[in-house]
Amino acid sequence: MKKTIRQLIAAAVLALPVATAVAAGGGVPLDKAPINLKDTESLQRGAQMFTNYCLSCHSANAMRYNRLLDIGLSEEQVKANILPPGAKIGDTMKISMTKADAAAWFGAAPPDLSVIARSRGADYLYSYMRSFYKDPSRETGWNNLVFDKAAMPHVFAQWQGEQVLKHEKHEGHDVPKLELVKAGTLTKLENGKANTAEYDHRMADLTNYLVFMGEPTQVKRHQLGYIVLLFLIVVMLPLAYLLKKEYWKDVH
Amino acid sequence: MSKGKALLNWVDERFPLSSMMKEHVTEYYAPKNFNFWYFFGSLAMLVLVIQIVTGIFLTMNYKPDAASAFMSVEYIMRDVGGGWIIRYMHSTGASMFFVVVYLHMFRGLIYGSYKQPRELVWVFGTLIFLCLMAEAFMGYLLPWGQMSFWGAQVIVNLFGSIPVIGPDLSVWIRGDYVVSDATLNRFFALHVIAVPLILLALVVAHLIALHEVGSNNPDGVEIKKNKDPKTGIPLDGIPFHPYYTVKDVLGVVVFLIVFSAILFFAPEGGGYFLEAPNFDPADPLKTPAHIAPVWYFTPFYAILRAIPSFLGTQVWGVLGMGAAVVLIAFLPWLDKSPVKSVRYRGPKFKIALVLFVISFIGLGILGALPSTDVRTIVAQVLSFIYFAFFLAMPFYTKNDVGSIPVPDRVTESTPARQVRFVLLWALTLAGSVLFVMYV
Repeated sequence: MKKTIRQLIAAAVLALPVATAVAAGGGVPLDKAPINLKDTESLQRGAQMFTNYCLSCHSANAMRYNRLLDIGLSEEQVKANILPPGAKIGDTMKISMTKADAAAWFGAAPPDLSVIARSRGADYLYSYMRSFYKDPSRETGWNNLVFDKAAMPHVFAQWQGEQVLKHEKHEGHDVPKLELVKAGTLTKLENGKANTAEYDHRMADLTNYLVFMGEPTQVKRHQLGYIVLLFLIVVMLPLAYLLKKEYWKDVH
Repeated sequence: MSKGKALLNWVDERFPLSSMMKEHVTEYYAPKNFNFWYFFGSLAMLVLVIQIVTGIFLTMNYKPDAASAFMSVEYIMRDVGGGWIIRYMHSTGASMFFVVVYLHMFRGLIYGSYKQPRELVWVFGTLIFLCLMAEAFMGYLLPWGQMSFWGAQVIVNLFGSIPVIGPDLSVWIRGDYVVSDATLNRFFALHVIAVPLILLALVVAHLIALHEVGSNNPDGVEIKKNKDPKTGIPLDGIPFHPYYTVKDVLGVVVFLIVFSAILFFAPEGGGYFLEAPNFDPADPLKTPAHIAPVWYFTPFYAILRAIPSFLGTQVWGVLGMGAAVVLIAFLPWLDKSPVKSVRYRGPKFKIALVLFVISFIGLGILGALPSTDVRTIVAQVLSFIYFAFFLAMPFYTKNDVGSIPVPDRVTESTPARQVRFVLLWALTLAGSVLFVMYV
């Protein structure tokens, strides 16, 4: 057995994948998104926000409305609160705006968001939604620290209020920083101190939902994974090991 | 005579079932001292089966059409029953295929399995590796994401740098002036039918050639030289079945544990098995900032980038990348050592081998990173080592024999030797990773 363990370690070392992960964003450090796919209430709030605010310009063509049953909503709830008029529960989250119109209106067609969390990563989305700032040089009046010159206007400006871009000196480096100058309905400004906890919570819910939507089977995948691994390690591994030992005992 | 026996006799009179079974399984005598490294041949076979079976089911739902390919993959992931498992098995299988095959090739390298009389086993194996690269490259276009598209665009453009015929050749491969629907359709056909057929034929040839000459072993001793005078069975040989079938079952279970851990808990492989930008649909108008190939191509991609263009053409990098693969097939004739196994070789080969592993892993890491001036220089040094390992081999392997003579019979490994081995390789790997990470 000792021999086998040593051999396994050797295998693990050799199979070690190339280290370091690739950051999805530009040069700005991203905030860690508090993702919890088991928090169905957060997912439901996120789904509500997504369908109310995002789904008018962004589509989610791979996502069916009835997939929302996976996050604890009932068919009646989806039909009553989320399903747009005329749509069926098995439909995908389409929008009526054409790509050509969208490109003409926004400068760039808003991307489909079905798998956006898988291409950009949760941290990117969470930081992006909280990094809009006032920029009069932009046509929409808004710019974004995470995605410079983003064509998207600040949809949640009423909630977040107004941020401006400041530059701080840090050991000779110019560090861009956002500062809240006007409170929104979900942020507070007291004696120059910003409290953005409530807005951040909302954006965490939205990001959580986008991560769910990127791969709705994730939770099930993990659950199944534990069962498969348990079976392989507890049943198959000892069985295969003992079988080998039994057959090989007469080989010298 | 029982009914089963009668049926077998009936078949045997018409088809050599029993004799084939004996020749290739129950009376194929393999050396009894196979170690850890000998699991990867059967594992490669297992992954091949996984890829073919999952591939069949993916084909039932995938649409090879530029307008719907991307969404059809998402359809498989969401709406096809069990589709996500099948898709992840296929994508994880692709990466694991290369893990297993690289380790299998490395085994051949350290124990001299390519040396006389196994030259053809090795050449068929190299051709399998080549087919596998083609298969992986064309398969990666099918999800029609940004990396699918731009990866294919970069690689097909390489053919354009070949003098005279280049531009026409790349148009001929793509079937269009850019990677397009036409390219997707033909890559699908090649990925699903043409290359797998060749691959299977080569695997059969690989195994027939192997069973003709018999397996090598960690000592590089020919077990056929010491046969039992009465039975004619090699003294150090044991029948493949049941001994190695039960041992390989253990290997398969350990492999499946690793495979399932990736499949269920990290199917993206940290962005190396499924690249994040590939979740953006292909857009011919939007070039990504950094086009990185999938991890198993990065060593060769790094060689491509390391070789500068001169005489007004970039073809040298392409030739270098091609040579890096083709040279592997010539190992049997480049290696002049009288000894097969690294256990009985001299220090020159051992040093060369360590340098080669460092260069291969180093190039692999560099190929995944955006290039900088320093990285390009490091990649050039490592490429030089890579080629020197092959081209200088006739010189440094000549008369390079270690202090311990090759034994007459196979030996069992000792714990001390295993510890030395693991420590040496851990050091080599950690060193090469650290070295490249800081450049």
